[in-house]
Amino acid sequence: MDSLDHLAQGFVVAAKPINLLVAFLGSFIGTVVGLLPGLGPINGVAILLPIAFAMKLPPETALILLASVYIGCEYGGRISSILLNIPGDAGALMTALDGYPMAKKGLAGVALSISAWSSFVGSIVATIGLALFAPILARWALAFGPAEYFVLMVFAICCLAGMVGERPVKTFLSALIGLILATVGIDSGSGVYRFTFDDVHLSDGIQFIVVVIGLFSVSEMLVMLEQSHAGQVVIRNTGRAMFNMKEMAETWWGTVRSSVIGFVIGVLPGAGATIASAITYMIEKNLTDTKGTFGTGDVRGVAAPEAANNAAAGGAFVPMLTLGVPGSGTTAVMIGALTLYNITPGPMLFEQQPDLVWGLIASMFIGNVMLLVMNIPMVGLFARLLYVPNWILVPAIAAVSFVGVYAVHATTFDLVLMVALGIFGWGLRKLGFPMAPLILGFVLGDMMEQNLRRALSISDGHPAILFQSTVSLILWALAALVLLVPFLLRRRKKS
Amino acid sequence: MSDRIFAGLWLAFCAAVAAIAWKIEAPFSYEPIGPRAYPILVTGMMAASAAWLLVKPDPEPDWPRGTLARRCAVLFGAFLGYAVLFETLGFPVSTALATMFIGRIFGGGWKGVTVAGAVLGTGLWFFFDKLLDVTLPLGRLWAGA
Repeated sequence: MDSLDHLAQGFVVAAKPINLLVAFLGSFIGTVVGLLPGLGPINGVAILLPIAFAMKLPPETALILLASVYIGCEYGGRISSILLNIPGDAGALMTALDGYPMAKKGLAGVALSISAWSSFVGSIVATIGLALFAPILARWALAFGPAEYFVLMVFAICCLAGMVGERPVKTFLSALIGLILATVGIDSGSGVYRFTFDDVHLSDGIQFIVVVIGLFSVSEMLVMLEQSHAGQVVIRNTGRAMFNMKEMAETWWGTVRSSVIGFVIGVLPGAGATIASAITYMIEKNLTDTKGTFGTGDVRGVAAPEAANNAAAGGAFVPMLTLGVPGSGTTAVMIGALTLYNITPGPMLFEQQPDLVWGLIASMFIGNVMLLVMNIPMVGLFARLLYVPNWILVPAIAAVSFVGVYAVHATTFDLVLMVALGIFGWGLRKLGFPMAPLILGFVLGDMMEQNLRRALSISDGHPAILFQSTVSLILWALAALVLLVPFLLRRRKKS
Repeated sequence: MSDRIFAGLWLAFCAAVAAIAWKIEAPFSYEPIGPRAYPILVTGMMAASAAWLLVKPDPEPDWPRGTLARRCAVLFGAFLGYAVLFETLGFPVSTALATMFIGRIFGGGWKGVTVAGAVLGTGLWFFFDKLLDVTLPLGRLWAGA
């Protein structure tokens, strides 16, 4: 099979010493970033991206680094969920529901090891899915014209509005703010400057990293200050360190089911790990919880969401690599990474950059083995990081965030803009605006506008072109569906 | 109420953006849709969403009050100061100062934050600038001497 040859070639790329080293470092950093409450995969990837670029790492190595940080985060988030009852990142929210009660019963070691195992299964299922389906989707997407792309991005934004947050209006407005921020700078269609106020710092637009680090890291530190007075106790007695065969058998089918569901949700543009783990937890609860033990420390309730959030992270790579449309906030940042390297993600990527794509896929297999090894025997080491007090942690996050922003353009302007966006983002978050749609809008903004304009150029200005092909019509229908179904479900729940 | 205030401000912002966008004009145009239409379209949708919020706001969020609000403001000031002084004082000095300041806000003792500041300021500078080759400023203030 063609893909197998490519995958073998990918393993050659991934097995280069530098790439192995980077995968190891990324997995380690990812686990740490994931387990620290307040830092999630988006922050981790956003801060490392400019540093990787400034270190002049080749693109495939940089991408391997970022991908292993991303997957590492999905592993690490569970540690603080289980030991502290505070999710280390948003995807590990559901893990706390059964993980913390297990830890209180003295079964923290079992919860940690079974969740590491199910994270591994979830990741591997997703990586296999990525290797199988991405090339097919890429070939199919070659036929996409500008009109189809435009509708695809509308679909991505609708996915978010339908599924994220309580208030679709706020999600939608968030995405629009991202879209308008993306119009700052030179317009690639006509060469005209827009919203630059004749300032040279704005002439090639607002830097992507500035937006991401401002909205996520800076605003997160303000949130950490608000929450810092609530003291939480780390559970020290972890008990038996390894799960037994009975526990593994008990969780096996749930893990596999959640992995597959998580992967599918991850593939949907916009819907990521958080949604996947929430949905699979509910599914497992409805399917298998006959005695009502979910929520009181049931091992199945730990395994399922962990498998799902890892599988969703893997699935998010599918639309990113094949369509250039991110499947999650973190893959949106990675698209930004590729653009720094002047690589346009999209269906051509599989043909033009096979080493990059298959090297990445192969290194995800390798990285997951590393992560499994790191996260079962060495989990105690990571858990100790939970004792680091905030007064050391926050300045360190601040310093590294500032380095990340400064590494791109080396200007004070960017740093000040980052702080300003941080405050703005904090205000938005307090008001209940989700941040991931803003990032997605910001990343998609330029592509969306250029594709819309190109489509309308082809049709000489007639919007009918957006509704002509079968693909566009299907995507419009799907967009309407993802907006309407959650709305109707909410209606039904209320009445 | 907060939602209403935000929505009101955002409507004003939309008006300003629309006013600026209206003046964007391409000297040469090869396409039916110029650089002006899209920003105006997005702004229009933003204004519509904001108007919706104005009519149907959410319940009041939990804003920080009292000391906590003051500490948030001080933290914001610390970030701003760090950003402004980053190039002037250089990475090691500004980071050490920022660490001490932010560390204090988060409840660190004087001794602890001083040590943390010294370690982070020099340690991270060596790590990034020397080890990883990410160029960081040493300070414009001392460069002239």
